[in-house]
Amino acid sequence: MRVGVITFPGTLDDVDAQRAVRYADGEAVPLWHGDHDLKGVDAVIVPGGFSYGDYLRCGAIARFAPVMQEVIEAANKGMPVLGICNGFQILAEAHLLPGALVRNHKLHFVCRDQWLKVENNTTSWTGRYDLGAEILVPLKSGEGGYQADEDTLKELEDDNRVVFRYVGENPNGSRNNIAGITNARGNVVGLMPHPEHAIDALTGPTDDGLGMFLSLLDSVVKA
Amino acid sequence: MARVVVDVMPKPEILDPQGQAVANALPRLGFDGVTAVRQGKHFELEVADDVDDATLAKIAETFLANPVIEDWTVRRVEA
Amino acid sequence: MIDTVKNAESTPDQEQPYQELGLKDDEYARIKEILRRRPTDAELAMYSVMWSEHCSYKSSKVHLKYFGDTTTDEMRSKMLAGIGENAGVVDIGDGWAVTFKLESHNHPSYVEPYQGAATGVGGIVRDILAMGARPLAVMDPLRFGKPDAPDTKRVLPGIVAGVGGYGNCLGLPNIGGEVVFDESYQGNPLVNALCVGAMRVEDLHLAHASGTGNKVILYGARTGLDGIGGVSVLASETFDDSAGKRKKLPSVQVGDPFTEKVLIECSLELFEKGIVAGIQDLGGAGLSCATSELASAGDGGMHVYLERVPLRATGMTPAEILSSESQERMCAVVEPANVEAFLEVCAKWDVIATEIGEVTDGDRLVITYDGEVVVDVPPRTVAHEGPVYHRPIQRPADQDELQANTPDSLPRPENLLELIKTMAASPNLASKKWVTQQYDRYVRGGTILAQPSDGGMIRIDEETGRGVALSTDCNGRYTKLDPYEGAKLALAEAYRNVAATGATPVAVTNCLNFGSPEDPAVMWQFEQAVKGLADGCAELGIPVTGGNVSFYNQTGSTAILPTPVVGVLGVIDDVRRRIPTGIGAEAGETLLLLGETRDEFGGSEWAHHVHGHLGGLPPKVDLQREKLLGQVLVAGSRDGMVSAAHDLSEGGLAQALVETCLIGEVGARVFLQGDLFTELFSESAGRVLVAVPRTEEQRFTDMCTARRLPWRKVGVVDPESNALEIQDLGELPLDELREAWEGTLPALFD
Repeated sequence: MRVGVITFPGTLDDVDAQRAVRYADGEAVPLWHGDHDLKGVDAVIVPGGFSYGDYLRCGAIARFAPVMQEVIEAANKGMPVLGICNGFQILAEAHLLPGALVRNHKLHFVCRDQWLKVENNTTSWTGRYDLGAEILVPLKSGEGGYQADEDTLKELEDDNRVVFRYVGENPNGSRNNIAGITNARGNVVGLMPHPEHAIDALTGPTDDGLGMFLSLLDSVVKA
Repeated sequence: MARVVVDVMPKPEILDPQGQAVANALPRLGFDGVTAVRQGKHFELEVADDVDDATLAKIAETFLANPVIEDWTVRRVEA
Repeated sequence: MIDTVKNAESTPDQEQPYQELGLKDDEYARIKEILRRRPTDAELAMYSVMWSEHCSYKSSKVHLKYFGDTTTDEMRSKMLAGIGENAGVVDIGDGWAVTFKLESHNHPSYVEPYQGAATGVGGIVRDILAMGARPLAVMDPLRFGKPDAPDTKRVLPGIVAGVGGYGNCLGLPNIGGEVVFDESYQGNPLVNALCVGAMRVEDLHLAHASGTGNKVILYGARTGLDGIGGVSVLASETFDDSAGKRKKLPSVQVGDPFTEKVLIECSLELFEKGIVAGIQDLGGAGLSCATSELASAGDGGMHVYLERVPLRATGMTPAEILSSESQERMCAVVEPANVEAFLEVCAKWDVIATEIGEVTDGDRLVITYDGEVVVDVPPRTVAHEGPVYHRPIQRPADQDELQANTPDSLPRPENLLELIKTMAASPNLASKKWVTQQYDRYVRGGTILAQPSDGGMIRIDEETGRGVALSTDCNGRYTKLDPYEGAKLALAEAYRNVAATGATPVAVTNCLNFGSPEDPAVMWQFEQAVKGLADGCAELGIPVTGGNVSFYNQTGSTAILPTPVVGVLGVIDDVRRRIPTGIGAEAGETLLLLGETRDEFGGSEWAHHVHGHLGGLPPKVDLQREKLLGQVLVAGSRDGMVSAAHDLSEGGLAQALVETCLIGEVGARVFLQGDLFTELFSESAGRVLVAVPRTEEQRFTDMCTARRLPWRKVGVVDPESNALEIQDLGELPLDELREAWEGTLPALFD
């Protein structure tokens, strides 16, 4: 399994996403923001960070990088794509996922260990989890509040496209406690929390996040 | 009631990373000819008629702007 | 008109605003003597900033020498670079070198809390980068005035947001630090920043410009009018005011963490390709500092073409370009054959890079602007041979009175259970989660321990598991009562905190925050603290590898508490053997108290919080005991005998019990003997609370006994219980304790 991990100027969690891929016995393939091809990878991770400083809007500039045009095309053909934190913001700006991420309701950056409930285990990235399972992974973001209009929220809920929901106190003001969503096809997933930081209890709160990368392995093998 | 617009901009001599990031991105997106961008904040206030200009200036100076690094302007616009 | 050397020679009597630039009469006279003429505006700007207290250490130098005098060859054996370099470097084994440094950014953070704190982080990170290392983590010891003072409510949220905003965007985990409140810091918050980085031993880069013909390349952000408020007195006289008006220049710098992140990755790629001969970051004093220090440390001279410097503002004068403190810039010395490759790497990262000069075979630093010479100086006189002062020193007249005013007569309370809660909720002991939750502690995936652990720990080598632990500490009240012993206590606490994680302490850095050096009483505190710290390090056998001095921290004539913040670095062979702070990780643990408890309340948190009292003597410090304690903890970690450890400091055993239960989320049953108030709240040094698995209890206590480390069984962990139960006193439900401990800061600052 070869998994591309994109680095934009300002990307921070690319090394962690690469490590997570290796922990799942995959090969991590670095992709540069200026690349015009995806080097034959089976899946792509858009990792966390502050691409281009996130100064205009989170993800607004990165969304136009050459490599993203390739990602958009591949995603629309069914390639598994995962956006974590800033990656989720970029996928939303690129309209691969609906809605937008806005400033946390308490206006502070929040770094904490966060319980999530698995609401959909049929995507390319969540097959290893039991439906309804609760996992503990780090959340670290200043603009993680999920926002969408009522119609979009209804569609997400009706079509079972909410993948993860925050358990307990809502950490950032997300509508419907949404932590992560998927597209209609289930190959593109975006979430604010960081599964790649929960792959080893030595460096993270748990190894609960590894399941996402192992799930990918299953879906790539199946495909 | 009147509408008051307060614009807050980073002082010209102060580094504006936000504006700079936008300016650098434009040529990459194929928009040439923009030589500089500065990014500020725009506030629209609905204000009772008895609030005078001095008060508005104080609101801008002490609260909406950080005068250490930002300039501000206040203007009343027709409702 | 630009003030050139030629012009200076022909107008020897022109008046210059040297006093406004902070130079004294005799300092100005000395500059004239060195140059055998009056300085140009640009030279005056350079000398004034480089001879400032901040850059020249002119008041502290004679005292700091004592660190070198007390460092033995044996202590130095693991040191690859020390005082005088951008940051100290230590060999930690497996071919890894680790570099770390603490620095202050106090005054800018008071003026503009967010940007002041942000650029403080940015500056220390570039110091580490300039050693050739990848920056790996940051920590921020912060001190504020009274928690409920209006100014604290302005300053604290801004500083915390600035530290987080910059560090988070830069992608460096924040793994520790301090938040301390004391009235003396009102109007003088202390923002100290630590960064630690690592490199392979052979990749160490020192800042010097050698090799005639080598090129000097400035890369990173453009140069603007940031932070040159002081030099604007020159601008008003010499600047051709064609734009019509220029407002008074601000002394504030704005940080751009995105540019810094790109600068880091770009620099590391340059190091990796081996195309950098020398490197220096641009911090305070900007190009003045970087060019003079590079030239001064090298074996030749340097010629800089100032008109080549990429500018962000129009109409900047040579003096302004040299003094600008624009952030996110670095200066490299590169062999001519490598210049092209250098520029290619910079282009890949969209980093502006400009060849601004070259190393010459002379011994002068010559700076020209459009062909005219504006600076022609011996670089050593700017960078290294600044003025040195022997400031008057006088033990404060009221020091005896302060020490005689012991806490012995303070009424001690009846209800100790209630006091445990009161103390846990006091601002200095309360959970700092409100602050640390705004910092990313996970990025880069190497964080093993972070707040609220005693020390932060990061993994350096993913293969071997080798890592380092760090802690910064200082109790300014102790140092006020006795600066010599207080500095030793700060060292002892940082040392103990590192040892409590299972790491072996190996090196020390410091940030010495004091009042005005022109006050003999402050100079006495400073001299005593330096001596105490240096003597302490010699006794522990670990060297001071670097440090920073911040003077003039005072409001009017009232100085802050003397605050020598001490940072200790430790090494652990395998981070999998780290000792956590919270109990309950193993089934069936015994709680042991290592060390001795005496009736010591001078400078204690109890006296401060409950009685507003500061007097007497600080707790006694026994560094041999600290060393033994450290060895026992490291042995306990290595042999898997210790499942949790928490250092006892402010708030004593009571606070350590509260924290270890709340962090571990389990209850405990505690049995104490003797005077319970002293047992619970005394701040005697040299003590650690450890949890050992019951299966290891005998082996561990036998080892303590054999090594003559006093120990006492004080309780057991009770996984079934949701309370801290203290025999003869009663029990405190954990949720009640948590509400007290975690409720204070949100109530103050949300």
